[in-house]
Amino acid sequence: MEILVCARRVPDTSENEIELNSSGNDIERDDLVYSVNEPDNYAVEEALQIIAREGGHVTVVTVGNEDDEEVLRREMAMGANQGVLLSDEGLSGSDGKGIATILKAYVAKNRYDLILTGVQAEDGAAQVGGMLAAMLDYPYASLVNSIQVVDEKKLKVSREIAGGNKEVNEIDLPCVLSIQTGINEPRYVGMRGIRQVASVEIPALGPSELGVDAASVSEAAAKVKRVDYFVPAAGKGAEILQGKREEIIDKLIELMKAKGGLK
Amino acid sequence: MARIFAYIVHKDGVADDTAAELVAAARKIDEAASPTAIVTGFGPDLDTTCNSVRGSYVEIWKVANEALAYPNAELVRKALAGILPQGCVLLLPHDHFGIDLSPGLSIKTNSAYVSDVVSIEGAEGTFLKLVRPEFGGQVSAHVRCDISSGAILNIRPGAFKAQETAPLNGVVVDKSAEIGALTAKRRFVETIAADGGGVDISKEPVLVSVGRGIQEKDNLSIVQELADAMGAVVSCSRPVVDAKWLEKSRQVGSSGKTVKPKVYIACGISGSFQHLAGIKGNPFLVAINKNPKAPIFQAADVGIVDDILEFLPELTARIRETC
Amino acid sequence: MWAGFLSPEQATYGLISGQTLFLTIHILGLGCFAYIVTRRLVPLLRAERDIRFDRPLLRLKKVLQFWFGQWKHPRYGGAGILHILIFAGFLVLAVRAFKVLLLGASENFAIAAPSGNLSHIYEIITDYAATIVFLCMAVAAIRRIVFKPTRYAVPAKYGQGHPVDAIFLLGLIALLMVADSLYEASRAASLVQQGKIFELPAVFSLPWFLKNALATASFSTLWNSYRGAYLLHQLTFYFLLCYRPFGIQFHVETSLFNVFFAKLDRGTVKPVKWGVADEQIDQVKSLGVKKFEDFTWKHMLDFYSCADCGRCSDKCPANAAGRPLSPRFLTIKARDYSFQHYPVFGHSNGNGALIRGIYSEDEIWSCTTCGTCEEECPLLVEYIDKIVDLRRGLIDIGNVPQTLQKPLKALETRGNPYGKLEKKRADWTKAKEFQESCAVKILNRSDSADTLYFVDSITSYDDRMQAIGRATAKILKRAGVSFGILGAAEKDSGHEVRRFGEETLFRALRDENMEAIKASGVRRIVTADPHAFNALKHDYRDLPPVEHISQVMAREVKAGKLEFNPVENRTYVYTYHDPCYLGRHNQIYDDPRRVLDAIPGLKRVEMKRSRDRSFCCGGGGLMLFYEPKEEQRMGVLRVKMAAEAGANVIVTACPYCMVNIEDAIKVAGLEGKMSAIDLTELVEKQLAASTRKTAEIGQSPEKEGVLALVG
Repeated sequence: MEILVCARRVPDTSENEIELNSSGNDIERDDLVYSVNEPDNYAVEEALQIIAREGGHVTVVTVGNEDDEEVLRREMAMGANQGVLLSDEGLSGSDGKGIATILKAYVAKNRYDLILTGVQAEDGAAQVGGMLAAMLDYPYASLVNSIQVVDEKKLKVSREIAGGNKEVNEIDLPCVLSIQTGINEPRYVGMRGIRQVASVEIPALGPSELGVDAASVSEAAAKVKRVDYFVPAAGKGAEILQGKREEIIDKLIELMKAKGGLK
Repeated sequence: MARIFAYIVHKDGVADDTAAELVAAARKIDEAASPTAIVTGFGPDLDTTCNSVRGSYVEIWKVANEALAYPNAELVRKALAGILPQGCVLLLPHDHFGIDLSPGLSIKTNSAYVSDVVSIEGAEGTFLKLVRPEFGGQVSAHVRCDISSGAILNIRPGAFKAQETAPLNGVVVDKSAEIGALTAKRRFVETIAADGGGVDISKEPVLVSVGRGIQEKDNLSIVQELADAMGAVVSCSRPVVDAKWLEKSRQVGSSGKTVKPKVYIACGISGSFQHLAGIKGNPFLVAINKNPKAPIFQAADVGIVDDILEFLPELTARIRETC
Repeated sequence: MWAGFLSPEQATYGLISGQTLFLTIHILGLGCFAYIVTRRLVPLLRAERDIRFDRPLLRLKKVLQFWFGQWKHPRYGGAGILHILIFAGFLVLAVRAFKVLLLGASENFAIAAPSGNLSHIYEIITDYAATIVFLCMAVAAIRRIVFKPTRYAVPAKYGQGHPVDAIFLLGLIALLMVADSLYEASRAASLVQQGKIFELPAVFSLPWFLKNALATASFSTLWNSYRGAYLLHQLTFYFLLCYRPFGIQFHVETSLFNVFFAKLDRGTVKPVKWGVADEQIDQVKSLGVKKFEDFTWKHMLDFYSCADCGRCSDKCPANAAGRPLSPRFLTIKARDYSFQHYPVFGHSNGNGALIRGIYSEDEIWSCTTCGTCEEECPLLVEYIDKIVDLRRGLIDIGNVPQTLQKPLKALETRGNPYGKLEKKRADWTKAKEFQESCAVKILNRSDSADTLYFVDSITSYDDRMQAIGRATAKILKRAGVSFGILGAAEKDSGHEVRRFGEETLFRALRDENMEAIKASGVRRIVTADPHAFNALKHDYRDLPPVEHISQVMAREVKAGKLEFNPVENRTYVYTYHDPCYLGRHNQIYDDPRRVLDAIPGLKRVEMKRSRDRSFCCGGGGLMLFYEPKEEQRMGVLRVKMAAEAGANVIVTACPYCMVNIEDAIKVAGLEGKMSAIDLTELVEKQLAASTRKTAEIGQSPEKEGVLALVG
């Protein structure tokens, strides 16, 4: 099975507070470290587990510039057979549709049975996978937390829906799936692994090689544009109880009794 | 201003709370808007739903088809693409269904797409100014969306408050015949319920909920003891389930259960949007967290800045003494 | 040759002459043994190399102390005494066995053998030796059968124990003693009957009793029992010799070698591959131990040498907490694997994966590397290097628990396991009140100092542990030490990173730290973190001398530069918990105690498990992130030990111990009844406003600052 995973390089926000920069139009990026978008990493692990069972290859692709190559190398260190960079030179400011258009052009030049993306990236848009599927006319399923290969024509996937329930679907290949975190336990990739793929060639394809009209995917063509970042003014919020702990506890008990929380 | 549609999510004949919220969102786009509801499904439940939203919507497009009995986004997308007029604005809730449906629909209808909208600040010609969160909610972004060729907006559930207005007398229009053949390369098989585990937190009136602030599985006992003293039940946020300290059935949130308690004590919970999305009915929300900047303090009624590992045992002891 | 009794070689056994019979037995016996040992060496020839021939004199010293001197045995009193007696007896009897061997080869050796008084004394000694060994066998058997010491028990998941086998061997050795004694007794009885009285066998020895029992036996009975006992002895001897390599008794032969080749450098971790320089590691295809053949030959020798005594697991804190780790079975399972896949008879077939074969991942990740197992083992079997090697193998294939992946990633990108910003590493010095009274220098091009205070990650970033940093800084200042910290240039010491098998990341951290330390130009390094201490001392190279703060404090106390106020609360009873990496691995037990005892009025008690038997708190570094499967926390067990000793304050000298113990106090429900304090915090609290020395000079340290401003 030939699997393509679309990955993205994002700021690592797990521990660090995201702050606005001094001009207030972007986040402060100086101290940020970047790494692969976590759901994309789960997607690569899933792809590797599928080909371990079914045979095949895993290709990882990203839309970006040479800084984004490190994400491809990391996933190759994890076991992906090949990394491909779709250069976004001259395309800054593409919106989700622009990225999907570039990916679609790449997919159209190759043959993939299964395309995976992470469920969402740092902007929480969760859109590229669905858009790509519609452009390719492939069936799509999002929030996938389990994949079972039925045969070379279809998969059985389950989606995470409300209440912790699972929605089981049968989906024909080729298809696009967006992968939810927790679907598996990704293997560890350390510095050594990355060093071992440091000199592997990563082809870079620009819009012209892909047959994409740069104008159609650049900022000018984008229908959705981010204007700025800001931190919303805090609303009224909670009444913070003050005083010594015993006083706070007594006040709290009083309030809870009044609201029916205590018998 | 373009025509505004709202997709109604429903189950067993009951419309989701978002049905009313989408009306409020539509009014933010255009004060004078009279959005049209679209309801897909099959059988008597569909009719019940359509009737139930007649008070909020002037016109309701009913799309009945056996294939749509279960809301399979692939099929619904085909149906909507067939009946939506060019250049319209479609509102959906940003939930597991909206995430599934909208991106592809925006491509099929050649319209713009913005997800997880929490605020609409107005229109400038054919541009809408929207607000959506990024980086897990740590910052918000102003987004400018060109709706000249239409737009699909996924609205965050709970972000827009349903307004009290005089009930309308909506008309149900049957659009079932216009959707064309419905076949898709994705077929719904079944829904598997999460492990019951014997506890149904969605029915409990008082919940003591625990989050990552409990730090370790062994500390959960202090939460259980508080719940016991209060006659309440223990629930939790997603990280506690991910760490396998409590069963999934106790998780409150968009990927867990929706609860409607009278009183909700959030212990060591940061207050992410996904967690709060699971709390409905505006309960008396008490937040205890040692981080004074935790977002939960925005949502809570009463806040206590303290270490739960120390506060909870004392609270439990005092409750036992006095009640 | 005694009159009337020929030597057994000169006798006849049925149709065969004694000489032929015994020569045959010698040749067959030795030949068998040689073949078996050769087969046992096969996996060692396929093993990884190990550098164990360096510093031969030091190695000989260890042999004298640990093998000949049975140094570790008395740690378990009863069994220890038993074993020392058996060992001594074996050594004595071995001389005679060797003599018999040579005599069997050729009678010419009889001339070379010592005779006269020396030989006489030797005979007396061997008589008692045989008796003692025989009695010890009986006691050992009774212990196993009646008292069943718990450490011999085999939990069901590890398969069957071999209790029958153990008793069988004890019986065989006893039989050997009896045969030997009967041989002596028969001859002696005959001589007595002939009226020749002589001193042997020694009174009240086994042969003596047998001699008396045979006093009235007929000559032919005596002649038969004499020849029969000898034959029995030879057969039993060679049977045992050839049987031993099939079980734990192989340690009889291998122990000498195992001790000679034992690891000499405490606190270190073996390189990824001996003989491969750091720079070449990237070219090595596979790191760590994934299959049995990846172990070094010395580690395989360890497996052969294990006597299955269970002392390691008995004292292992992870085992006590119910974690899946039992060091004893780590070794026994490997030995069984080796026996099964490299049999003496049959084809060798190795190359199978160890993890999910004989070991589980949890077993390997559960180890805190506290070193208790290595400390207890009388045969100096090594464990930590094997665990680290197995972890290296797991890291190499990416099989790492998710809970560890996050801190490892953070260490890679941020130089600390919490993922916090590098630039905030020195924020602990900026606490308002602290900064005013004790400004801490950040060493860089413009600011230098004599001593580096290496803070390490937990003390830098953890809200609670920052107090240890501040206390340490204040103590250094009071002691007049010119010091600074590396600040944002400091990276995690990498101590646990290395011991969790991530050698590449460790080297990256180490190289960055070493560069920063060299650039700072300091002549001395001090740290309050025993893990950092151990790393800087043993894992890093070419650094200025490194000390732990307790060593500095002990010295300053002795020099009178640190003096203490008496304790205020007289109800406090203190006990000192030895951190593994300060105590056991680096043998610093007394300095912290001296410091505590210098505080007037401080009441201190010792826990039962203290010093080199200290019970690990639960582990430090990356172990804080790993979620082990356990029945109880190690910290909880430790806190209960403190309570048992009558203490209500636990003093420790390690931030990780502090985390685990403070947590454990809560989990054990002992809040209010037990508290914990770091040695530096306690010392800082008790520091007298002035010392006699400063009083002599007429200044108090606080006034210094003012004078500096005014002057």
